[in-house]
Amino acid sequence: MTETTVRVLSPQDAIDRVGATLKRRNRSELKFQWLGKSAIGLALAFLVLLFAAIFSNGIPGLFQHYVTFDVTLDKARLDPAGDMSPSSLYSGDAEALVREGFLAALGNPEGRTKTRAARGILSSGSAQRFVDFVLDNPDAMGQTVAVKFAVDDDIDSFLRGFIKRETPESDRRINDQVIAFVDKLQADGRISYELSDYLFFGSASRDAEMAGIRGALIGSILTLFICVIIAFPLGVATAVYLEEIAPKNRITEIIEININNLAAVPSVVFGIMGLAIFIVTFGMPRSIPLVGGIVLALMTLPTIIISSRAAIRSVPPSIRDAALGVGASKMQTIFHHVIPLAMPGMLTGTIIGMAQALGETAPLLMIGMVAFIVDVPGSVTDPGTVLPVQIFMWADFAERMFVQKTSAAIIVLLAFLIVMNASAIWLRKKLERRW
Amino acid sequence: MFARIATAAAVAVAMSTGAVARDYVSIAGSSTVLPFATIVAERLGRNPQFKTPVVESGGSSVGKKGVCDGVGTEFIDIGNASSRMKTGELEYCDKNGVKITEVKVGYDGIVVANSKKGQLLEISLADLGKALTAKVPACELRNYNCAGEFVDNPYKKWSDVNPALPDVEIRVYGPPTTSGTRASFAEIVNEGAYGKVKVVADALKASKQKSSALRAMRTDGAYVEAGEQDNLIVQKLNEDPNAYGIFGFSYLDQNSDTLQGSVLSGVAPTFDAIADGSYKASRALFMYVKHQHVGVVPGIAEYMTEWTKHWGDDGALSDAGMIPMPKAERDEMAARMKNLPVLVAADLK
Repeated sequence: MTETTVRVLSPQDAIDRVGATLKRRNRSELKFQWLGKSAIGLALAFLVLLFAAIFSNGIPGLFQHYVTFDVTLDKARLDPAGDMSPSSLYSGDAEALVREGFLAALGNPEGRTKTRAARGILSSGSAQRFVDFVLDNPDAMGQTVAVKFAVDDDIDSFLRGFIKRETPESDRRINDQVIAFVDKLQADGRISYELSDYLFFGSASRDAEMAGIRGALIGSILTLFICVIIAFPLGVATAVYLEEIAPKNRITEIIEININNLAAVPSVVFGIMGLAIFIVTFGMPRSIPLVGGIVLALMTLPTIIISSRAAIRSVPPSIRDAALGVGASKMQTIFHHVIPLAMPGMLTGTIIGMAQALGETAPLLMIGMVAFIVDVPGSVTDPGTVLPVQIFMWADFAERMFVQKTSAAIIVLLAFLIVMNASAIWLRKKLERRW
Repeated sequence: MFARIATAAAVAVAMSTGAVARDYVSIAGSSTVLPFATIVAERLGRNPQFKTPVVESGGSSVGKKGVCDGVGTEFIDIGNASSRMKTGELEYCDKNGVKITEVKVGYDGIVVANSKKGQLLEISLADLGKALTAKVPACELRNYNCAGEFVDNPYKKWSDVNPALPDVEIRVYGPPTTSGTRASFAEIVNEGAYGKVKVVADALKASKQKSSALRAMRTDGAYVEAGEQDNLIVQKLNEDPNAYGIFGFSYLDQNSDTLQGSVLSGVAPTFDAIADGSYKASRALFMYVKHQHVGVVPGIAEYMTEWTKHWGDDGALSDAGMIPMPKAERDEMAARMKNLPVLVAADLK
């Protein structure tokens, strides 16, 4: 036997050694904690800044100024054909009736410059609003009633203080005469500041005061509906097949790698593919939610497949063994046990994929959904647009009032997203089972 | 089971729509024309007989190429452009058997503007081109051994370009290459004004280059591409009084309380100066209407007529910042909308 020296630390030695570096190690731990906390703090600060910016602009965007005055519902002039049909009312003289009522409210000013100034105060959609009012209140025909109209976006900006009275008249978007009229209306208590009905019930418009998100919101819902009915079944079926049925060999491995790669493909590529396949080859129309939904479904498929596979994998093998042990077939095992238990994870993945799809504009650019579309889509084959596109377009319009409308639309989009994510969490909590 | 039904349903819906004819006008193109085209589309949509036309953005090239892609309802009916069609683009139309009519709808001014807190720029078009073009002739910097040589634009400050200009660093925000505004700016200012300066014209001749070589903008930070979002440029100008921006007149019009338009060759960018042609940096706005679709897709003729109702001096379009055409030109274009003369290469010469 050879002599080997084994160094043994005495307990006192060990304590000394640990003690010598203890301070340093504690310090470095503190430093690391501090670093982590400041990273979170920074992220939170940015989030607060973002929300503050959106809400400070967006909350006022939910409101707008209205002016109320009396209008005579003259049957003969409003409805020349006498059948109350939209085309009869359209050819009628609603515009002149509104103008006469408004001029009367201003004390019947005379002279072309004055009447022109007065005309500029009312929203250019007033005649249409009046026609809608008549259609909603056919009993009021023949009477003189007080009707609420939106003011023009420049007047709205003035009332909010964005256009300043002190600015020289030549540099101001509205002249002194208009301001005098607005002051009179305000003194008479005709102007009110209230929740905008155009924002939620109006559709896209080039007049900022009439612009609304209804069309885009319905477009988003239709597009997501198509997206989910295609992506969810396909994604789940693929995941189940790959996890439970497919043999593990070279081919399934290649498929797996490709699915993972597909998740990283830039979304605009799916748009180009949608254009090439659905619009050019199949001859589907441009700008329709059906094509948009299919494109977004292809985009979200990888996300759904990956999260569904993870969910299936997390189902304990003992469940499968038990099912097979009591005589269930493979399909019965999958459909009666594995899928129900993996469902919370699958749904979460699907909803997160949908939330991602909800915020996309790039793939929709290629298939014509980044467009100015006024009519609210009634089905998936009517032209439509989606919320982020609406926000993108409003952000570029020159009129000032669109700044607030943009932020207001962002608030709606965020609310939509929060609802989706919250429902994902709720579903998971409700369906989740612990082992 | 649900999966199978849902996929089957989706496929069935997908198959059935293929043959459906379009009952609304489809328009695409220039983002400069878009605000005006959408106003007209919206007014047409108020008529209960017609659906509101769908107006897509994308840029002038998308409008001109899109309308020429082919005949059939899967293609757009009208292409908008803020620069005129080139013969090459018309050839693409011919190749696809598309017949189009060119209609001018109005004018738009291109303005250079900055914050009112900064110095007003009074500059000649040639100097503006000199400050912003990518390459300048070497003879401008030294007078020996320079014939036909072009060097990278060396000017850092406006006062380097012309001592009479402010002693401020050159920093101009403008649109990217896809934009018709930029194309027109480069054509009018870089090529049209600066290219006519003798020393530049001589250098071009000596180097056997076409004057279009001058259209390239600087990439050394003096000219900053700010994307197609003109509002972003307006915001940047408000933050930085020494920066200038290039955009359409309507944005200056909407922000006249905070921004001032630079005086170009002695003319300030006002509505009247652009309309009467004394302000040189302006371009015409066009729409290209596909013949084969008129009468097939409902509303095309009415959409064109709708333009004539609003494009006057007092109309909704001039309120939005479009510069109207003179009366005689408006009449000529209105006649074109009725007769629909086919655009041929000779017209573009």
